Amino acid sequence: MSTDTTPAERLAAFLARTPYIAFLGMRAELAGDEMTAILPFSPHLIGNTLLPALHGGVLGAFMEMTALAQLAVITGGPRPAKTIDVTIDYLRPGRAMDTYARAQIKKAGRRISSVHVEAWQEARAKPVAAIRGHFQMPTAG
Amino acid sequence: MVKPPDFIAAMTGSLDEQAARHMVTRTPQTEALGFQFVSISEARGAIRVPWRADLVGDPETGVIASGVVTTLLDHVCGLSIRAANAVPQGTLDLRIDYMRPARPQADLVADGHCYKLTRTIAFVRALAHDGDPDDPVATAQAAFALIGGGA
Repeated sequence: MSTDTTPAERLAAFLARTPYIAFLGMRAELAGDEMTAILPFSPHLIGNTLLPALHGGVLGAFMEMTALAQLAVITGGPRPAKTIDVTIDYLRPGRAMDTYARAQIKKAGRRISSVHVEAWQEARAKPVAAIRGHFQMPTAG
Repeated sequence: MVKPPDFIAAMTGSLDEQAARHMVTRTPQTEALGFQFVSISEARGAIRVPWRADLVGDPETGVIASGVVTTLLDHVCGLSIRAANAVPQGTLDLRIDYMRPARPQADLVADGHCYKLTRTIAFVRALAHDGDPDDPVATAQAAFALIGGGA
């Protein structure tokens, strides 16, 4: 765990260093140690123009990036964690609107962490999708 | 919004190569990611995503972000279901294992196979590789709900 940077600085550094996060247009806000990730709606995120709906892959990727961002908040190193596996549950169609996500670190291991993420749109109690994932923690130093 | 006829065909009609190409390259997200149609055959499909600097996950390695792989695998699963003459309504669940990082600046190819259809559900496997399908970057297992399943 780093002591020379604040959680807000670590989050900002993670978001700024990842080109794919800029491609998605993802942002995140920190209230104390609770992070909320935000995926503002943008037409390029659409996967089904008939509904229209966000691409399922975008929702999965957004939640995975949320997990990596939350891990970056609690770890100090310059390198991000690496995804080992994710299981994505699709609960409701992702509509053409802003999406939010919060991550819960179920276990912060020295080598491997387990993280759950839920994403919602209109109501937190009606999630559109969720993931469980395992992540390889960056090696110290 | 006006729907072009080829889009309707890609989503619902029998899947010829033109409709498959449209499904892979002409939805807003796949167009933004630069997906390229590779092939379809019975219950199988393949898609390529060329490497691009703005799709990188870790600039120190130059490897395409795992999130791009997620969308690639999800889409190739949908393509494989269409190649099995069923119409996916949406993904129920998608499990992805990341076996190893892709090579820096490598294009990725995903192969999908819809190995079982019921009246309401399609079961699909897929893998993503950077040149050798026997040494995959990631593998996926998914279940999709089908349209017109008569549930």
